[in-house]
Amino acid sequence: MSAPNEPASDHVHTIVSPTVYAVIFGLLLLCTALTVGASYLEMGIFNPIVALGIAVFKAVIVVLFFMHVKYSSKLTKLTVAAGFFTFIVLITMTLTDYLSRAWGRW
Amino acid sequence: MDSQAIATHPEHAHGEHEHPPYLRHHFATVEQQRETASFGMWLFLLTEIMFFGGMFAAYLIYRNWYYPAFVAGSHQLSILLGTVNTAVLICSSFTMAMGVYSAEMKRKGALVMWLLLTILLGTVFLGIKADEYHEKWEKHHVPGLNFSANDFVNGSKGYPDDKLAPDMAQKSQVYFSLYFAMTGMHALHMIIGISILIVLVIRARQGAYTEGHMTTIENFGLYWHFVDIVWIFLFPLLYLISRHQ
Repeated sequence: MSAPNEPASDHVHTIVSPTVYAVIFGLLLLCTALTVGASYLEMGIFNPIVALGIAVFKAVIVVLFFMHVKYSSKLTKLTVAAGFFTFIVLITMTLTDYLSRAWGRW
Repeated sequence: MDSQAIATHPEHAHGEHEHPPYLRHHFATVEQQRETASFGMWLFLLTEIMFFGGMFAAYLIYRNWYYPAFVAGSHQLSILLGTVNTAVLICSSFTMAMGVYSAEMKRKGALVMWLLLTILLGTVFLGIKADEYHEKWEKHHVPGLNFSANDFVNGSKGYPDDKLAPDMAQKSQVYFSLYFAMTGMHALHMIIGISILIVLVIRARQGAYTEGHMTTIENFGLYWHFVDIVWIFLFPLLYLISRHQ
């Protein structure tokens, strides 16, 4: 590190424009209407799957655009990805345990 | 690398002042300082994911065990109020994002206005939530304090077919316990968020973020959007997915 003004990483800070925010905002409201509408349809086991699918999509666009992860450094991207990956591993292991202990007795 | 940065820094700091006054001495650049703060904020948010994740896991397991009770319990929530609250919260995320943008653009008036709008929308969300809680109290759906399984043994208005065996009807207390734990923890995060926002508005009016650096606004934005994401999952799980069973 020779000069203090030298960039600390390869990353350049990006300012996300209001247009992007407005588009994501519109998409989020649209998805909310979709998920409420879908809950009134009779889809059997697909009701929770569709609802959670839409929720995951909404969460992903919030993380990528409102929370700037799409424009962030590799360090931030890796941190976020590692966090969600660990969360999914923990949920999967827990549910697998509960499902398999009563195997054949439900 | 870091020790060199610290060693070389004071000459610049106390000599020519060629860096912004808000750059702390242990950082080499403003970008590095911003990156570090953002990294720390994300680590905190990951602990929050695990915290809420535990409750989500409990919800999934108990829903599987006491399925009829969870379906009947879910029928008692108002989809209209839940949808309105979801829209309100998404609006507040948008106003917060615009606040971050205004801080980046160094527009003080706009920043204060967007933060105030975020406070307003957050308060509206809590108001609607309080109204829902009040309704639960009146219908005797508050486990431990004011609970009656009557609606789930004899059926309720709008859902006359929700007639469960008495032992299963009692398990709707598990649903409402998780409902209050999860939405209550979410509401607590909103209350903390609004309290911080009030401080941010006061400091923004003094020019703290438009003359200084805006990392605080940016990181608070991350927190606020995280709380929005928790609701994005709570809404379908608690209100929507049992509509048809």
